[in-house]
Amino acid sequence: MIALDPAANRPQFINVRVKRQDGPGQEPYWQLFKIDYEPELNVITVLQRIAALSKTSDGKKVTPVVWDCGCLEEVCGACTMQINGRVRQSCSALVDTLLKDNADELVLEPMSKFPVLRDLMVDRRRLFKALEKVKAWVPVDSYYNMGPGERQLRAAQEQNYPLSQCMSCGCCVDACPQYNKIELERKKDETDEEFKKREEKAWDKAFVGPHAISQAMLFNNHPTGKSIAGERLDALTAPGGIQACGNAQNCVAVCPKEIPLTTSIARAGRATTIHTIKKWFEK
Amino acid sequence: MSNQRVVVVGGGLAGLASAMKLAELGVAVDLISLTPVKRSHSVCAQGGINSCNDQTRQLGDNEWKHFDDTVYGGDFLNHQPPVKEMAYWAPKVIELMDRLGVPFNRTGEGFLDRRRFGGTLYKRTAFAGATTGQQLLYALDEQVRRRESEGLIRKFEFWDFLGPIQDETGRCRGVVAQDMVSMEIRAFPADAAVVATGGCGLVYGRSTMSVFCTGSAASRCFQAGAKYANGEFIQVHPTAIPGSDKLRLMSESARGEGGRVWVPRKPHDSRAPRDIPASDRYYFLEERYPEYGNLVPRDIATREIFDICVNDGLSVDTERMCVYLDLTHIPKAELDRKLGGILEIYEKFQGVDPRIEPMRIFPAVHYSMGGLWADYVKSADGGLEAGAPANHMTNIEGLYAIGECDYHYHGANRLGANSLLSCIFTGLFTGPSIVNYIDNQSGGHADIDAATLSGAVSKQQERHDSLLTGDAGSDENPYLIHQELGDIMTRAATVVRRNDQLTDAIEKVNELHDRAMKVNLSDTGSWSNQNVIFAKSLQDMFPIAKSILGGALRRDECRGAHFKPDFQKPSLTAEDPAERRKQAEEWCDAFEKNNDKYLKSTIADYDNASMQPQFSYEDVDTSLQPPRPRLYGLVGADIIEEVWKERAEAKKQQPQMASS
Repeated sequence: MIALDPAANRPQFINVRVKRQDGPGQEPYWQLFKIDYEPELNVITVLQRIAALSKTSDGKKVTPVVWDCGCLEEVCGACTMQINGRVRQSCSALVDTLLKDNADELVLEPMSKFPVLRDLMVDRRRLFKALEKVKAWVPVDSYYNMGPGERQLRAAQEQNYPLSQCMSCGCCVDACPQYNKIELERKKDETDEEFKKREEKAWDKAFVGPHAISQAMLFNNHPTGKSIAGERLDALTAPGGIQACGNAQNCVAVCPKEIPLTTSIARAGRATTIHTIKKWFEK
Repeated sequence: MSNQRVVVVGGGLAGLASAMKLAELGVAVDLISLTPVKRSHSVCAQGGINSCNDQTRQLGDNEWKHFDDTVYGGDFLNHQPPVKEMAYWAPKVIELMDRLGVPFNRTGEGFLDRRRFGGTLYKRTAFAGATTGQQLLYALDEQVRRRESEGLIRKFEFWDFLGPIQDETGRCRGVVAQDMVSMEIRAFPADAAVVATGGCGLVYGRSTMSVFCTGSAASRCFQAGAKYANGEFIQVHPTAIPGSDKLRLMSESARGEGGRVWVPRKPHDSRAPRDIPASDRYYFLEERYPEYGNLVPRDIATREIFDICVNDGLSVDTERMCVYLDLTHIPKAELDRKLGGILEIYEKFQGVDPRIEPMRIFPAVHYSMGGLWADYVKSADGGLEAGAPANHMTNIEGLYAIGECDYHYHGANRLGANSLLSCIFTGLFTGPSIVNYIDNQSGGHADIDAATLSGAVSKQQERHDSLLTGDAGSDENPYLIHQELGDIMTRAATVVRRNDQLTDAIEKVNELHDRAMKVNLSDTGSWSNQNVIFAKSLQDMFPIAKSILGGALRRDECRGAHFKPDFQKPSLTAEDPAERRKQAEEWCDAFEKNNDKYLKSTIADYDNASMQPQFSYEDVDTSLQPPRPRLYGLVGADIIEEVWKERAEAKKQQPQMASS
């Protein structure tokens, strides 16, 4: 390429290598796509261009790559995938920045800890189920008008707000060495309900994940949420709870919202210890 | 176990509030959403939620003034009883959200902090950083999860709503939806259905909206016979960050917290913004609107920014149009505490720190004030009759519309921080109405004629299958057609509207619709086929697009977000007081005459045979507060206001005469 001025010193094309998979349990395979370079692209636009083209770099007609996205401004948590080997949101993955690190190609893969539904789309129901396990809600009496909630100091709000920004994107669990993929195959003669039950049982025994621990701490720090703090700590001392954390600290490093997950985990560690001792004395 | 069953379509603020309230009332709910409900578009709402509050009350504010600001800001196109009910519920809604754990910003003493938003002089807006929508949504999501764990709510996420099920009397008996993973199409029988499916920004290609906001769910109801109202009223938000995939919102709260909009007085001034002295900066909103300054209502801010770039040639950038939104004079710690979320978005996507350098922003399509027509029952005190079955019911019996996809609350222009309120309010308020409706029915979800259900499913299955088979010989690509549609709509039906351009756009959209019906898919598989799902939603954008364009063409006036320069009312020109007074009288005559003709909701009925909307008009209920001219920034506003007040006073003297 002949570069006459710095602005022209840009690639003509972008090579995008995508790990594809036609359905659950099927063999993954790679495809290479080539799209025209434009300034200020993000990975979402790249995938949109690929969908419109539906052709690989050697001109073979293929189906559009399947992926999940929503808000495109990093608040919904939908578009998580592995980009150049790192789990992150694809909307905020800017192509110009990615090309600085690897000018040859972009590599897109699905998240590694969830069953692939198709291509870059994975099944993250387990993430949300974990929020149920730790009862991540305020147990209000009713939705009738009962006046305002308790007054809260600014310091408390400032502690809770960052935790409350967790968008259940799954980056933290994807990077966590203690969080393992669970992919069950449906047995013959198993009904939808039976299969769902078996899945939920498997999830329940496995590590709940940093996001859920952090949500438990969020609600245990709320004036009304606190009223079931013990139940949340019970969940965190059960199998798959806090003791499964190996303190690798990958979670906090990859969190796109920079949520202090390890601080939450440390708080949960102390709280569960005290909770267990107290329960032992109360026996 | 409950014997009432409701299906709620959409899991944003309105849908979740509805599901949660219905569950509390003992109704079993099936909640259908295109996406895990926690990822719904409500997360993108940033600035806050309005209500009068203890502090503003002591400055003279009350619920009535919130109501008045809303209808004045909406240029009186809002039906007033629902708005009044909403304004009176607003403090209660915020208190409930506070109890549910929303981390609202606090004052030093621990009360809810408030900021000022556009179109009002009071600090009514409660907020949680600059991610208020996300925080409100999460609180509702958590309650719905709690009810789900108790077995009252079943969630169907990654399911696409395909249409209502209607029995032989036309009554809605549930919905048909499709699993977007397995592609299974099935019926969800119910006693009533609630559509809470948000806006239609994707009709414009790129907007501030999320990828699911195609308007296709509302369109499917429209095509099934529901009326669509005020489609032409599309809010263009003054401040967004242009991007190739999306126009990202930059919240009004940036101005609410003191952000200033300006351009260099010299066209294409090449100096860095911080090197441009105050005397060379044109703070055009502050100069032109001294009272409201940077917080004029959105339609006005949008037009001014558009005008300064397009007509005055003062865009900051030569390549793409934009103006400065400047926060650099505000201390960093305060910015981080109150606006952190949006500043991070700017920094992440633009690579520039807005705490140090002014942001570059431009208007973008943001919200649809119009939507599915729905009924209401006015109460004796001018609000809504609590529990009346007709509240928010569309003209299809048993089908309710709430949230952004209804048309009630925002008239011709929505005030900032009123949408989160209208969504949660309608979700909560309609719960008892739906329960009462079901109580009055003889037949329920369990005794629906099997042929009704299977007929509704097979109709959708046929549509699906025929799309997969495709149109031999056609190479129409749904993604490219969508881009074309977005370009046409953005050019003809956003900030400035001209009849010749609208007529031209209608013709082009008609052609494009025909082409969209012949798309050929690159994926014809039967597993997680996003291609066919998108193709369906694309086809369903056209009835909405046609309603927007047709409604706009027929409305020869300026009202709120609908601005036609050819029908603009002039400023007063005369210097001589008597002459000026005469002009003001004429101005008011023209205003009244115009209202007689156009102060009406546009109602569209869709004719499936011709694939065209048919338009009619509905009177607006302005019984609580008589319409008055909206005079922000107009030359001669003072004298027009004087004349108008005298007339209003005279009318009050003879109330029996004014029956309209």
